[in-house]
Amino acid sequence: MSEPLIFELSREGKRGYTFPECDVPESPLASLIGTRHLRREPAALPELAEIDVIRHFTRISRLNFCVDTHFYPLGSCTMKYNPKVNEKIAALVGFSQLHPLQPPQTVQGMLRLLFELEHLLCEITGMDAFTLQPAAGAHGELVGMMIARAYFARAGEPGRNIVLIPDSGHGTNPSSAALYGFEVQGLASDASGRVDVKQLGAALTPRVAALMLTNPNTLGLFEKDISSIAGLLHDNGSLFYCDGANLNALVGLAKPGDMGIDILHTNMHKTFSTPHGGGGPGAGPVGVKKKLAPFLPVPRVRRDDARGTYFFDGVGAGDSVGRVHAFYGNAGVLLKAYAYIRALGAEGLRQVALDAVLNANYLKELVSACFDIPYNSGPCMHEFVLSAARQKEHGVSALDIAKALIDRGFHPPTVYFPLIVKEALMIEPTETETKETLDTFARVLCEIAQAAEHSPGTLTNVTPHTTPVSRLDEVSAARKPVLTWCAESGREEKDSASGRQRR
Amino acid sequence: MHYTPHTDSDREEMLRRIGVRGIEELLVDIPASLRNTEFSLPEGMSEHELLKHMTVLASANRPLSELTSFLGAGAYEHLIPAAVEYLLARPEFSTCYTPYQPEASQGTLTALFEYQTMICRLTGMPVANASLYDGASACAEAAILALRAQGKNRVALARSLNPFYARTVATYLKGLGTEIVEIPYTEGGQVDTGCLADIAGTVSCVIVQSPNFFGVIEDMKAIGEIIHDTDALFVASVNPVSLGVLAPPGECGADIAVGDVQVFGNTLSFGGPYAGFFAVAAALMRKIPGRVCGMTQDREGRRGFVLTLQTREQHIRREKATSNICTNEALCTLASCVYLSLLGRQGIEELARLNVQKAHYACEVLSAIDGVTPYFSGPFFNEFVITLDSAIPLDALEERMLKQGILPGLRLGRFFSDLERCLLVCVTEARTREEIDRFAAALKQILKENL
Repeated sequence: MSEPLIFELSREGKRGYTFPECDVPESPLASLIGTRHLRREPAALPELAEIDVIRHFTRISRLNFCVDTHFYPLGSCTMKYNPKVNEKIAALVGFSQLHPLQPPQTVQGMLRLLFELEHLLCEITGMDAFTLQPAAGAHGELVGMMIARAYFARAGEPGRNIVLIPDSGHGTNPSSAALYGFEVQGLASDASGRVDVKQLGAALTPRVAALMLTNPNTLGLFEKDISSIAGLLHDNGSLFYCDGANLNALVGLAKPGDMGIDILHTNMHKTFSTPHGGGGPGAGPVGVKKKLAPFLPVPRVRRDDARGTYFFDGVGAGDSVGRVHAFYGNAGVLLKAYAYIRALGAEGLRQVALDAVLNANYLKELVSACFDIPYNSGPCMHEFVLSAARQKEHGVSALDIAKALIDRGFHPPTVYFPLIVKEALMIEPTETETKETLDTFARVLCEIAQAAEHSPGTLTNVTPHTTPVSRLDEVSAARKPVLTWCAESGREEKDSASGRQRR
Repeated sequence: MHYTPHTDSDREEMLRRIGVRGIEELLVDIPASLRNTEFSLPEGMSEHELLKHMTVLASANRPLSELTSFLGAGAYEHLIPAAVEYLLARPEFSTCYTPYQPEASQGTLTALFEYQTMICRLTGMPVANASLYDGASACAEAAILALRAQGKNRVALARSLNPFYARTVATYLKGLGTEIVEIPYTEGGQVDTGCLADIAGTVSCVIVQSPNFFGVIEDMKAIGEIIHDTDALFVASVNPVSLGVLAPPGECGADIAVGDVQVFGNTLSFGGPYAGFFAVAAALMRKIPGRVCGMTQDREGRRGFVLTLQTREQHIRREKATSNICTNEALCTLASCVYLSLLGRQGIEELARLNVQKAHYACEVLSAIDGVTPYFSGPFFNEFVITLDSAIPLDALEERMLKQGILPGLRLGRFFSDLERCLLVCVTEARTREEIDRFAAALKQILKENL
């Protein structure tokens, strides 16, 4: 890669921003604070002019693929188009320049927006109450686990400590459950790729707190038996948690709340179009059924119906799991999701799901001759999973195919997930892609599949070669980690300023 | 309004190719009983109508651009260079996913690597991750790391830790049955080191904030020494702006340094998105939660960057992962990275100095008013606590101030019963002398009327 690091561009004495002159009488820091607390030398931040900074970050930005430049069919990530009007809205000073601790009478518009968003999400999902506080999907999962634990503690059943998770579930599911002290028990999928209802029945003991299920699941299949799954769980006194990562397939069509789901997390940065930012910020609101509402995190947004004003209720009912974020979650993200829902309305949201399903099935049809598609007994929902097992026989792996796609101008699908498909390529086109894009992508993917059979050597060696770097050595990166820059050695930061060595 | 590009004839052609007569045939797996539902949502809007509606909501707020704010307490109004917002708006940064495919994500990865390096240089710690949700969850993750590393199901929090952070830690630890002990503060507003010495040996970690919630600078070196005599880990929660002039946690013997980089180029946005930073001593590198970016080489020997140490993470380790972090706050760290690049070595020091000077000036002019006294005697950074000796209830005072467009600070009574008559006042470089004087004059007038 030819662009230097910002530290390599640094020249002593340069500055990219000037503060206003100090307009108050100054005293030496040593007298105000005491030498003991002061830093001996300034932090070695890079020194650049504004134009250097602009050029550096503009240049490195061009090394990224993104939705605005490339088809980005990452399965279960819902990389849909991010409407530009929402960026304009979020930048309004009436939203962006609000301090979270301002008196409520000065933030009525924002409180109303959050209050209405909770209700819109309730209506879309069929849940009874929402918290907007979780900052991401996995944060929402954790909050869901907190709610489950608090509910069983309240119900006098603290012994319910097992969370069941199908083997097709996202990795965040088991780690969120374990982070809150639950024991995770896996469930194998049945031959159709769905929850094995018989096996679930056998796993349901009085110790089971909940099942965490993604619906549609990560194979892109709707869990047809969802109502009987809910029945089994509820008969056992357990809760039904739904990972809403794939809600895009259902918006405006069906409500998770009608399916017997007790707790649901949603992803504003997936279903509700807020940009993903290269790894956040997102927002992961959690919806619950009525019986679980008292356990939602504080603070809650409330409306004083008599006065028509909004306020934060910091205490909630006494059963709340507590606070999970310094303030109220990612308000700047939530307002974009609100704008998206208001722009689309029920009809627009329904079209989102319909076109997401249409695009996935169309693309699946176009590539079905070139790849194995396990668990393919009927239509898929919003995504589908190919297997490169056939190509692997010629030595070409799913990762090779991913890199070949990059060379041909496409961001690859999610690879090696779900774990139950060998050499998995998980493809989610989303509703915002055109037929032309899908046609081109399918043609290219099939050409790669053919090349895998006829000239595998062209794929396994040097790809990608159109990118700023070719395939990177991830093994040495993990074995001998270099996590910071140090000019002197050109390698890792010297350990001089590090914390103490443990005895 | 819709963002879907198909024409009806596109849809028909695609359905024909799939081999179905209508879209309903693709939805057969959803039981009919679940489809029989109404969605009672407001009608959709055109872009113009949406903008109008959102502008109405925005105008029902009074943003800081119309007010003079002395609010801090974990969210800070700082000047943001125009170049930060300009670069953040680039779609190459904002509309991409977590950089799973490094060859197609070198922009994001380069910025993360630069950000990690900047955090290390500011904090004096050798290793930093690529972000957590916010400063509060970073404290909670630090406590969980410590529990797992040290094995005692008990942690200590300074009572002067931001109460929002302390409550978040408590929420995260509830499921693990962890006992939380509190270390009181002295009259100076600093950690009671005698009490600390008694407790440190019995816990997996001690979390201390400096400057603490009251703005008071803790004696981090002394605290580090006391904790070092035990097995407990020293978790330092710091406002990174203060590191422009204050000794870095790495020099005070911290094992983990956490905080929030909202202060570096991120708008206040009513509390989020912000980003937690998380830096550790070398020995804890493989226990760190969240994404970590590392440097490596491609096949031609060219430098490149990847997400690394992934065997800690949920997508590989599932229930054995060090945390459940997936999406975090990459774009907010990019804002910090750009911001810190613009400020540079001199700018960060000047920023911290301006904060110290303005806050001390404000403390002086406020304290000169009859009935206003600084509550704590310890040294402070850009926040301080004053106590008001007056008959006027503080909510009435706040209301009077608001009429003059001033947010006088945070009333502490709702967090600390012993600080019922206290205000936490924050003064950053964004406040001018004229604004500080106006605040003092308004306060003086109100107190005079309510003697």
